[in-house]
Amino acid sequence: MAELSGKYLVGVYDDDDTVLHAVPKLRKAGVKIKEVYSPFPIHGLDEALGHPRTRIGIAAFMFGVTGCCVALTLMIWTMGIDWPMIIGGKDPISIPNYIPITFELTVLFTAFGMVITFFISNGLGPGTHFHPRFDVRSTDNKFVMAIDLGRNSMSEEEISRALRDSGAEEVNIKQF
Amino acid sequence: MHVTSPVREPLIQGGKTYADVTEDICRHVEAAPTKEWKIAFGISLVVLAYGSVCLAWTWWEGLGVWGLNKTVGWAWDITNFVWWVGIGHAGTLISAILLLFRQKWRTSINRAAEAMTIFAVICAASFILMHMGRPWMAYWALPLPNAFGSLWVNFNSPLVWDVFAISTYFSVSLVFWYIGLIPDLATIRDRATSKISRLMYGTFAMGWDGSAKTWARYEYISLILAGLSTPLVLSVHTIVSMDFATSVIPGWHTTIFPPYFVAGAIFSGFAMVQNLMLITRVVYKLEDYITLEHIETMNKVITLTGSVVGVAYITEFFIAWYGGVEYEYYAFFNRMTGPYWWAYWAMMTCNVISPQLFWSRKLRRSITFTFFISVVVNIGMWFERFVIIVTSLHRDYIPSSWAMFSPTRYDIGDYIFSFGLFFTLFLLFSKYLPVVNMAEVKAVIRSTSAQLPAKIAGVAKVRQRGAAEPAYNKDQE
Repeated sequence: MAELSGKYLVGVYDDDDTVLHAVPKLRKAGVKIKEVYSPFPIHGLDEALGHPRTRIGIAAFMFGVTGCCVALTLMIWTMGIDWPMIIGGKDPISIPNYIPITFELTVLFTAFGMVITFFISNGLGPGTHFHPRFDVRSTDNKFVMAIDLGRNSMSEEEISRALRDSGAEEVNIKQF
Repeated sequence: MHVTSPVREPLIQGGKTYADVTEDICRHVEAAPTKEWKIAFGISLVVLAYGSVCLAWTWWEGLGVWGLNKTVGWAWDITNFVWWVGIGHAGTLISAILLLFRQKWRTSINRAAEAMTIFAVICAASFILMHMGRPWMAYWALPLPNAFGSLWVNFNSPLVWDVFAISTYFSVSLVFWYIGLIPDLATIRDRATSKISRLMYGTFAMGWDGSAKTWARYEYISLILAGLSTPLVLSVHTIVSMDFATSVIPGWHTTIFPPYFVAGAIFSGFAMVQNLMLITRVVYKLEDYITLEHIETMNKVITLTGSVVGVAYITEFFIAWYGGVEYEYYAFFNRMTGPYWWAYWAMMTCNVISPQLFWSRKLRRSITFTFFISVVVNIGMWFERFVIIVTSLHRDYIPSSWAMFSPTRYDIGDYIFSFGLFFTLFLLFSKYLPVVNMAEVKAVIRSTSAQLPAKIAGVAKVRQRGAAEPAYNKDQE
């Protein structure tokens, strides 16, 4: 995750509904919101903020296909090509018997691939910053909206008033 | 505006605010270990130590120290393995299948249930290692290039499927559980006062900040992980049952095994969840989070799966008679009336009759009775596996090889080992990690909390912590 710099206005909200309704109101008024931080997921918030839909599902599917191919290749090559053996009167390559392991490896690759993608795309990992940068209460009971003043044409006072009008109980300034 | 249906009781009671949830759940993580915890932990360490000595002797001396003989080649080892894996299934059912079904009551118990899954699978895996006799050769079960030419593992064998199924199940469950833990670890990190806990929880929270984008991705992968775990958990016990069902031993060679094993797994797993939760909610004062409603719902699941298991027993018996295969018929008749009749009837009583008592609303809302039945169910399910394994084996085709199995102190000691391991791990978990998923509970509190009308009016009680007072006002970093 890129390091933050500049001056930010931080709106602190008390309620998930308030912040969810505040976002479209502020955006309509022309405020560019950087991000909202909350202690739990708020449905529809990412859409309200205009974040694009996550593509992590596509990645997951690709990992699944990889796992499936790895499993089938492994079993067909070892059982059918490298050392063919007839076991229980079955063909050396007998696909029905390979279904369980193919399924397991598909799940394994999908789960791990997806989670690793999740960590990378969110910039999460051991040793990354150890605190929410705008307000520490955003992992407890507050909903925190960050607005980058450098990217907004509106003045500090205007945005601050808009935040208060939208229901923010505190408006703080944060300088990095 | 949220609207609650007045028909149902709120999931979380006591009119909790978001701050209350954080406070209630973090309290035991942040406080010093209590005396009760220390005593319980001490006892489980002693149990673990005793079991470890037995286990060490088993490995040093070889499997001859067990009561196995030429006829009964599998007994307590595989019984315990199947029993522990089965217990693990409830955690995944609660965290994955109930997520897909949008059952919000799962949020209070999924963290602990999933931890139980992970620890139960560790215990199950320990029996796999034990029954190999030479655990240092365990890697032979993996398809690794080797010096035998390379002679590969037999991918047609359900035992190899099991290696893949159990290891996938364990690692995916662990990842699913950990992803759910990250937001809560971040909460603890941000409340931490000591340097060491900030460092520890901070490292494992991986820099979580709870941004809307992260949450959106989080919800998305939780859904996919749940979608993956659902068929996975069904596949695991299916494959475990195939260890038996694909053989040609009378009593094992039946197609009913996969669904019957899966139902039995969920049945015993829910019983274990009840046991753990009933203790945890009292010790950590979580009665508002794990309510009678939760206990009753879990009892309903126990009744349902117990009934499925009962029907499976009866079907199996009917088919043994109706199928007209003498060996099959003998295997089942012998279970009921042979030398192991007591194990069979213990299983029938514990698994078929006892869960039916939950049809009474009064009984299924009684905490003492629930605890009692949960223990009974777990005993019954242990006997089920014992009956399937030992009674099917002990009467071989030739009467001269008929034999009985009796456990030695090492059979029992190795079983005790798994209890020591399980409770040691569970106690460590319940002390150092939040036992209830705070983020998920906060997300359901709005639509379920008893103090909802007050919240809408905007008079929510806000309790501010000293440390989080707006020192951030106008501060410069």
